[in-house]
Amino acid sequence: MSENQNTPADASTEVTVGSQAGTAVGPAERFPDPGIPEHKHRLTDTDPRAARRAERTVTLLFVLSILGTIGSIVAYVMVPPDGTASGVRLSTLLIGLGLAVSLLGIGIAGIHWAKALMGDREMVQERHPLATNDADRIVAVKDLNDGLADSGVVGRRGVLKGAFFAALALFPVAIAVPLIGSVGGDWNISAFKHTMWKRGTRLAIDPSGRPIKASDVTVGSVFHVIPETTEEFRETHEWITEKSKAVVLMVRLNPEDLRTDQSPEGETWSHEGIVAYSKICTHVGCPVALYEQQTHHLLCPCHQSTFDIADSAKVVFGPANRRLPQLPITVDDEGYLVAQDDFAEPIGPSFWERLK
Amino acid sequence: MSNATHDTTVEAPAKPTTTVGKAADYLDQRTSIGVAVKEFARKVFPDHWSFMLGEIALFSFVVLIASGFFLTMFFEPSMALTTYEGEHPANMHGQLMSVAFSSTLEMSFEVRGGLLMRQIHHWSALIFMASIVVHMMRVFFTGAFRKPREINWIVGILLMILGLGAGFTGYSLPDDVLSGNGLRITDGVVKSIPVLGSPLSYLIFGGEFPGHHIVPRLFTLHIFVIPGILLALIALHLFLMVLQKHTQYPGGGRTDKNVVGYPAAPVYVAKMTGNFFIVAGVLTLMGATMAINNVWNYGPFDPSPVSAGAQPDWYMLFLEGSLRLMPGQGTEWVIAGFTLPLNVLVPAVVIPGILFTFLIVYPFLEAKVTGDDREHHVLDRPRNRPARTALGVAFLAAFIILALAGSNDLIATHFGLSINAITWVFRILFFVGPVFAYYITKRICLGLQRKDRELVLHGHESGRIVRYAHGEYVEVHTPLDEQERWLRVNYEAPAPLAIAPKTDARGVKRKGYASDKRWQGLSRFFYEDRVSPVTPAEVEAAHSHGEHDQLDGSERQAVEAGVGSTSREH
Repeated sequence: MSENQNTPADASTEVTVGSQAGTAVGPAERFPDPGIPEHKHRLTDTDPRAARRAERTVTLLFVLSILGTIGSIVAYVMVPPDGTASGVRLSTLLIGLGLAVSLLGIGIAGIHWAKALMGDREMVQERHPLATNDADRIVAVKDLNDGLADSGVVGRRGVLKGAFFAALALFPVAIAVPLIGSVGGDWNISAFKHTMWKRGTRLAIDPSGRPIKASDVTVGSVFHVIPETTEEFRETHEWITEKSKAVVLMVRLNPEDLRTDQSPEGETWSHEGIVAYSKICTHVGCPVALYEQQTHHLLCPCHQSTFDIADSAKVVFGPANRRLPQLPITVDDEGYLVAQDDFAEPIGPSFWERLK
Repeated sequence: MSNATHDTTVEAPAKPTTTVGKAADYLDQRTSIGVAVKEFARKVFPDHWSFMLGEIALFSFVVLIASGFFLTMFFEPSMALTTYEGEHPANMHGQLMSVAFSSTLEMSFEVRGGLLMRQIHHWSALIFMASIVVHMMRVFFTGAFRKPREINWIVGILLMILGLGAGFTGYSLPDDVLSGNGLRITDGVVKSIPVLGSPLSYLIFGGEFPGHHIVPRLFTLHIFVIPGILLALIALHLFLMVLQKHTQYPGGGRTDKNVVGYPAAPVYVAKMTGNFFIVAGVLTLMGATMAINNVWNYGPFDPSPVSAGAQPDWYMLFLEGSLRLMPGQGTEWVIAGFTLPLNVLVPAVVIPGILFTFLIVYPFLEAKVTGDDREHHVLDRPRNRPARTALGVAFLAAFIILALAGSNDLIATHFGLSINAITWVFRILFFVGPVFAYYITKRICLGLQRKDRELVLHGHESGRIVRYAHGEYVEVHTPLDEQERWLRVNYEAPAPLAIAPKTDARGVKRKGYASDKRWQGLSRFFYEDRVSPVTPAEVEAAHSHGEHDQLDGSERQAVEAGVGSTSREH
């Protein structure tokens, strides 16, 4: 493992010994390894002026790095962000540029130093087989067996061994049970099947929360709808979770355009061409927010599932499999749009127990 | 390897006189660090630009830790709701949002250099994943995963998966609309898992989506659990690399029994340190000049709005594309009342499962069909393993098609195309593209190998046309020098496995024959088409019947015509 061996001649004799054996008698099966290519001198090896120039360049780069650091601190002090987006951008840019120069200076200097000035003669070291040699293996196996013998459990005491492994396997249960018991909250997964819509809940505008009168809904207009609730409730986490299931998209179509909706026989879930569908995609749950008035198509911007509002929100394209569940609506005595009931089926993406 | 010099010169070294020497002596008397220095100071590492790709991943990780530390000083991983009091950005003032989101705004707008660090952190994450993937490609295509490095290959895959996890958990922390919808998609994917889906969703969110536990949980994963495991595995990855010594590209003097390159001190210390600072510098430059993830433009998480054209970070694009391509019709099955949404399960769970399984299994599969149990330290030129290279390109093609499909909406709007048409094109491409890529790549590899053969047999074209006395024109070829030739002949072209016959000597059917037969079939797939390296005998034969390939001095007396000077070759 010494550098004295790295001259091309030495190295090549060393590595080609094996493969040259066959060359004496006729052409061999394989070509001989020509050995390490001849070392090519760099300009800095032969020309002291070039070496000095490289040294100056490296020095200069380190100085540039120092200037970059100083520049960064100057920018930090002199250009405080005034809070506006452009002020923050300027501060970010200047501090960042200073830091970048500081880092790049060191980096480029290091590489240039290594490439131009440090020794570039290739060295050869041997590899050794990774497997332990036989003698050591024998000792290792013997040590293990001795250790096993000393433990006193060889071949006998099956109960002790069983108890030992059982105890080791079981103790994490005492940690896992309390963790798993609480990590999923109340574990009430049936909550997936219900939303906060109830009989008589008014449809309100998202996000203001103002209830919607049927007479205010003009043909062709689209409303992003939430269930009416108190202002206080709308400032809680529970609301965000409920809203995640309850959001609805409401459209008023020309009654003649509305081919079908999801109302069962004998019921009317729409009101004079106003239909309300869950806004949560039945694919993986993105809000289906893009409505195209001409085609009555509703497009999910995440994965492009497309639903036809005029035809009971059935899937016309994309990865969704099921139509968007319809919120049955009607009007109350004051003319406000209200829900007749919760959705008839679970909203959003499919899950194992969905139909149970 | 003259260890002898170490062993015979056992004169006690002189007493240290300098401060450094005394400090070293002090340390050595307590830690025997001299042994490590002797072992590693002049350890040789082979040199190639592609060995730098893994370094870039390592150094981006260091930048991630440094910038991430900065961010943790200001980020509050809480989903408690608050009203944003800051004046800037103006569109956020007075809005109800989580503390996580408001602290993200504050660290961007109030903390000097905070936005810089956020942007450096985000860019570093993207580059971290990119360099891991490109490094992996280098390892795959050069066969660096072969014995003894299979374990390190798997460690590398784990690092990549953890990197995906780190990126995902970090992306979701600011609790903005975009990342919230990303979480929502995750929730949809988790729910699609049979039997365990719904409980798993509860386990992740501590209740129903989104609840108020997810940000603190992701934070713990993002800054403690995942980086902890990443660090441990990176240490293992590097330890194995040093222990097994680095692979080297083929070339004169490079064998499976040696390592040719430059010493750690000073060359690699300088180069690696330099590379670290350059990586850090470039990432800083990116963070300083390129805005990324301006969460205030999206607003705090609200389950209702979503913007069109939203893209996940690039390394998640293939999953997004996979989800987009799967047709929904007829792919949700109800079995005994239980719902099996294959339209989610297949693209989001099965497809990445196939990809990762292929990556994990491949080294063992290749060793088996090659019948190869030797250590390999000299890398393959990708052309010399046509089937491997083609398989790699095929998987890469599938990955790229899926990633492009994850941007199908942007492609549609940029080029004014129908999104439905684009989706259909990608659906077909997903199946046709990889097969096509496999075929083309394999042909290219075989073609390159034939070109290598041609070169070795006949030499370089010299551009000199020579006319013989009897009127024949030939072009003079210059033979390759021995280094050029060695590069082109020093490889193995394994043949398909040979297996023992169906019946043994006594005519009894052999157990395991069917299995052997299947492996042989797979081995044929790999090695049926192959181009063997040129042997010296072939060169000799080529020269004896094609004397005009190489003209020695006497033949050069023939009249020369055409380009080139007479005296250049020799």
